[in-house]
Amino acid sequence: MSKEVIASTATKPRQLSDEEIAEIEHEMTLYPDKKAVGLEALKIVQKYQGWVSDESLLGIAQYLDIPAADLEGVATFFNLVYRQPVGKNVMLFCDSVSCWIMGCESIKAHIKDRLNIGYGETSQDGDFTLIPVPCLGDCDRAPVMMVGSDLHRNLTPEKIDAIVSDYSKNRA
Amino acid sequence: MVTKPLTKNIDKTRPPLDITAYEASEGYQSLHAIAKGLSPEDVLQLVKDSGLKGRGGAGFPTGLKWSFVPMGENSPKQKYLVVNADEMEPGTFKDRLLMEGDPHLLIEGMIIAAYTIQASKAYIFLRGEYKVSEQLLRRAIKEANEKGYLGKNILGTGFDLDIVMHTSAGRYICGEETALLNALEGKRANPRAKPPFPQVSGLWGKPTIVNNVETICNLPGIITYGIDWYHGLTKGNDHGTKLFGVSGKVKTPGCWELPLGLPIRELLENYAGGMQDGLELRAFLPGGGSTDFMLPEHLDINLDYDEIGKVGSRLATGTMIVLDDRTCPVGMVGNLMKFFAHESCGFCTPCRDGLPWVDEIFRELESGRGTEKDLQILHDHVSYLGPGRTFCALAPGATAPLGSGLKYFKEDFDRHIEEKCCSYKH
Repeated sequence: MSKEVIASTATKPRQLSDEEIAEIEHEMTLYPDKKAVGLEALKIVQKYQGWVSDESLLGIAQYLDIPAADLEGVATFFNLVYRQPVGKNVMLFCDSVSCWIMGCESIKAHIKDRLNIGYGETSQDGDFTLIPVPCLGDCDRAPVMMVGSDLHRNLTPEKIDAIVSDYSKNRA
Repeated sequence: MVTKPLTKNIDKTRPPLDITAYEASEGYQSLHAIAKGLSPEDVLQLVKDSGLKGRGGAGFPTGLKWSFVPMGENSPKQKYLVVNADEMEPGTFKDRLLMEGDPHLLIEGMIIAAYTIQASKAYIFLRGEYKVSEQLLRRAIKEANEKGYLGKNILGTGFDLDIVMHTSAGRYICGEETALLNALEGKRANPRAKPPFPQVSGLWGKPTIVNNVETICNLPGIITYGIDWYHGLTKGNDHGTKLFGVSGKVKTPGCWELPLGLPIRELLENYAGGMQDGLELRAFLPGGGSTDFMLPEHLDINLDYDEIGKVGSRLATGTMIVLDDRTCPVGMVGNLMKFFAHESCGFCTPCRDGLPWVDEIFRELESGRGTEKDLQILHDHVSYLGPGRTFCALAPGATAPLGSGLKYFKEDFDRHIEEKCCSYKH
């Protein structure tokens, strides 16, 4: 994957899609303030696009009439907003204390062996991106990780192999 | 008699109860009791009398917290209830159990709390990663709306309430109540200075109560079954049941609802099955990653806020993390320091600069390049990042395992330096 730093440059804002706009408009009924909708809009755009590009960020800022610099400050603060492209399946890997005690480091090493990726990297075929995440709250079944929206528990190298082959097959 | 009010409806072998089944199990009776003639002041008094303490970690008396909300004709018309469902404290996995197991319990509790402070809008600030909880809570909110337990003029009380589900975008600091409010407002989640307290000026400047999921889940039982029942659940000074969890290399890690005041030994040995074969207990964090280590000699202390406080630790979330004798204590503390360093919001200098420095030193220690001077720096940081020195409680929380770790595992720290390596096989 490219290691270029992606900065907010003065590129053209993207026109948001009808679906994105419909969802953003719905959020506007739930929050009395457009700034709050800004963060929701980042999540909505990411749901459709996979990540938030400079063009998307500017598009949201323009649509909601909020400063792009503020929105960028918010986008780069939160773990789950991706300001770089990610693979088809994002692996959110827990390496907090209980998972660490239960051996997550060796699971992470196995992922490195299988997919040749460390934190922040995407596999060659674009299928998987590995990102660390703070304690996933399932500590009695550690080690755990999420792949997309799915939680996988009691991880072993065999389970990792099964996950890699199952998710690779679903090339939606 | 109900002895496990938090988990009585939870059965992991089947989906959670829908509203019909929940009501058949004495659910939403508190709303009918309120509609029959409990004023907000009546409910507030009940919660105060119950002695319920916050279950998010700080253990602050809930009735007292609510009493600071301005009430009456001259108070601001818009008030908010926010449920802190952003569970992310290392080693903590209790709120997930409640939300995935019995979502209506949370909804019922929220209606009681919102009614008491007369908040017409409530937000559930749910951890974005908790996808199953999100689905289940959305469905429960819909069912409650359809039944008329949410919306306008609930059960003819004249009280309106809408619940909005908000999913967070990550970061541990959002669990800090004022940082949570900033995140909900769509800003970077730096904490806020207190005073003003959220009860007076919170979400968008309005009076706001932020309560943990487990705290709210205690409310339906208190209103439905009464104060005598609630006090009868425990023998010690603290009232009510609590979810207690154990993780680490024990035989049966898990989470159980138990009365407050049980000896720690009973939790560890009877419920968690004791240590795995071939391992001994070295130490444990009684309530998640921001608590001080306790030792095997403390096992006969009770799971009680004050008793644990007396030995220099905190009950906090009640989810215990166990350190066995074959796992490197320096590595464990180092893992926690890495977590806290990464999750610093960056606002105040001691936390922003101090925690990464501490993290760096642990990496040096683990790779065999640590020195005596490094230990002195770690000791200094326990005071540099202590309570009152930082903008919020994140860094002071980090000093709990750090300070107690340096004290109890001095030998291991010294060995890492003398032997220039970590002598544990991990």
